[in-house]
Amino acid sequence: MIEIQHLTKRFAMAGGTVVALNDINLTIPQGDIFGIIGMSGAGKSTLVRCINMLERPDEGTVTVHGRAMQSLSAPELRAARRQITMIFQQFNLLMQRNCLKNVCFPMELAGIPRAKAEARAKELLELVGLPDKAGAYPAQLSGGQKQRVAIARALATNPEVLLCDEATSALDPNTTHAILQLVQKINAELGITVVVITHQMSVVEEICRHVAILDGGSVVEQGEVSDIFSNPQSDAARRLVFPAGVPTTELLPGRQLVRVAFGGGTTTDKPLVASLAIECGALVSIVAADTRLVNGQTLGSMVLALPQDPASAQKAVAYIQNYPGITMEEVENV
Amino acid sequence: MSGFFESVEWQTLVELLPQMPFAVWETFYATALSTALALVIGLPLGVLLVVGEQGGVLPLPRWLMGLLNAIINLMRSVPFLILMIFVLPLSRALIGTSVGTPATIPPLVAAAFPFVARLVETSLREVDGGVVEAAQSMGATPFQIIAKVMLPESLPSLIANTTIALTTILGYSAMAGIIGGGGLGQIAINYGYYRYKYLTMVVATALLVVVVQLFQTVGTRLAAKCDKRLKR
Ligand SMILES: Nc1ncnc2c1ncn2[C@@H]1O[C@H](COP(=O)(O)OP(=O)(O)O)[C@@H](O)[C@H]1O
Ligand SMILES: [Mg+2]
Repeated sequence: MIEIQHLTKRFAMAGGTVVALNDINLTIPQGDIFGIIGMSGAGKSTLVRCINMLERPDEGTVTVHGRAMQSLSAPELRAARRQITMIFQQFNLLMQRNCLKNVCFPMELAGIPRAKAEARAKELLELVGLPDKAGAYPAQLSGGQKQRVAIARALATNPEVLLCDEATSALDPNTTHAILQLVQKINAELGITVVVITHQMSVVEEICRHVAILDGGSVVEQGEVSDIFSNPQSDAARRLVFPAGVPTTELLPGRQLVRVAFGGGTTTDKPLVASLAIECGALVSIVAADTRLVNGQTLGSMVLALPQDPASAQKAVAYIQNYPGITMEEVENV
Repeated sequence: MSGFFESVEWQTLVELLPQMPFAVWETFYATALSTALALVIGLPLGVLLVVGEQGGVLPLPRWLMGLLNAIINLMRSVPFLILMIFVLPLSRALIGTSVGTPATIPPLVAAAFPFVARLVETSLREVDGGVVEAAQSMGATPFQIIAKVMLPESLPSLIANTTIALTTILGYSAMAGIIGGGGLGQIAINYGYYRYKYLTMVVATALLVVVVQLFQTVGTRLAAKCDKRLKR
């Protein structure tokens, strides 16, 4: 379990201080795949770097499996870092070492005898699907293969936690999918707690159970991925769930807009729009719609433009509010 | 044409030819030994210049870094001939003489190590910060980062820069001929400059060019050979 309490990090810059993280509180359960998502500059990298003290927090505490990270001595911190390993967007492999030697590297640092380290490195390369690349140098590998080697390297010291900072952001969609599957497999088979930093909602959608949304250095929303997808509360969450933004309708000026969200298998087969027309006589227009699969659950949302006439608009709102399994909110028509 | 073979120019060259192989050897070993010793001092200094700065792997006090930089800049800005005059008494103390090839080694090292330190600094700065950070995230000590990440990752560049150091120091060693150093430089200066035997000077210089070519070719090949970033 990772507990982050009142974490604040400031950077002194030429023009003044930047508050990169502002009073962050997070609890990451043991064995979870936990997403931290936010736009570029939100403070994601700084947050993840505070977990292993690559960045020293100005205030607050980080506790990983009972260890108060900020109060460890230098040797204790180095030992703790073997249990909290990291993979990166740019892979950060040693370019002058072959894959086997790259995977051996953390074991070499830890003083594990060479023969033992090499045997384990071979096993790990097999685990990540690159048994034949032991002798290849990173320059000879594709991006996805490099990230696999980096994952093998991160697993070498039997960590409890794997931190992934934009680990798939430099990869194409298919490779991203394959790497995420590998991370999921590692989480399931080895029970390693995974923290996934990303700016891509699709990544969170695919593998995370919980997610925290970071905006301007603060956590604006956190919870189960399915909840946040079906019913985002904060502006930042909405921007991420609907990357193009909630549609502003010059198309339908003066029409009241509502966003409806439905989650789980129970509601997707119910014809909301049709029943609105038939049972309630309200003819609504679909302004935007989106459905996605999150952890095997279908989650969807629509933005509906209500009828012009205020009386039928009100009736429609009441009808939707009482409709089972659907949440609704009004959207400002700007 | 027969006149040429009777000229003093030609006679001098023929007279000196037997000395040439030894002069080549003297130049070669003065250069190689000075570079090696300059590396012994300059490599750790270059490492300190990179790891010791604020935000580096092993931050050192600001005043110490300031002092280190000032000393290196100072020594780099003293012309080699002047530096040699300063250092020759040291040669006498260390080697027992201030003439001949061994006596040129201390001034050559003194001139070369600040230069080497800067070259090493440049090489180490090319190492990707992300890789250093990855090593830190795996619990590497500062010394492990230097020995297992920064130096091996910058090896091709270090070799290329050592080659630059070699050829530069070769130039200095030739200059040392002016004040009594041995080797090809001495022959070129003594016969070409003091006695106007230009043919001998040209031949000695041509041999210097050959030595430079040799160093450069070997250095370039070696640097390329150990660079695993190239797809092969
Ligand atoms: N070492 C640093 N020095 C100064 N400012 C920094 C530093 N690292 C990050 N920042 C600032 O902190 C904010 C958050 O950065 P970062 O954590 O990298 O965001 P993200 O990873 O979400 O894109 C940004 O405004 C960035 O400019
Ligand atoms: Mg980042």
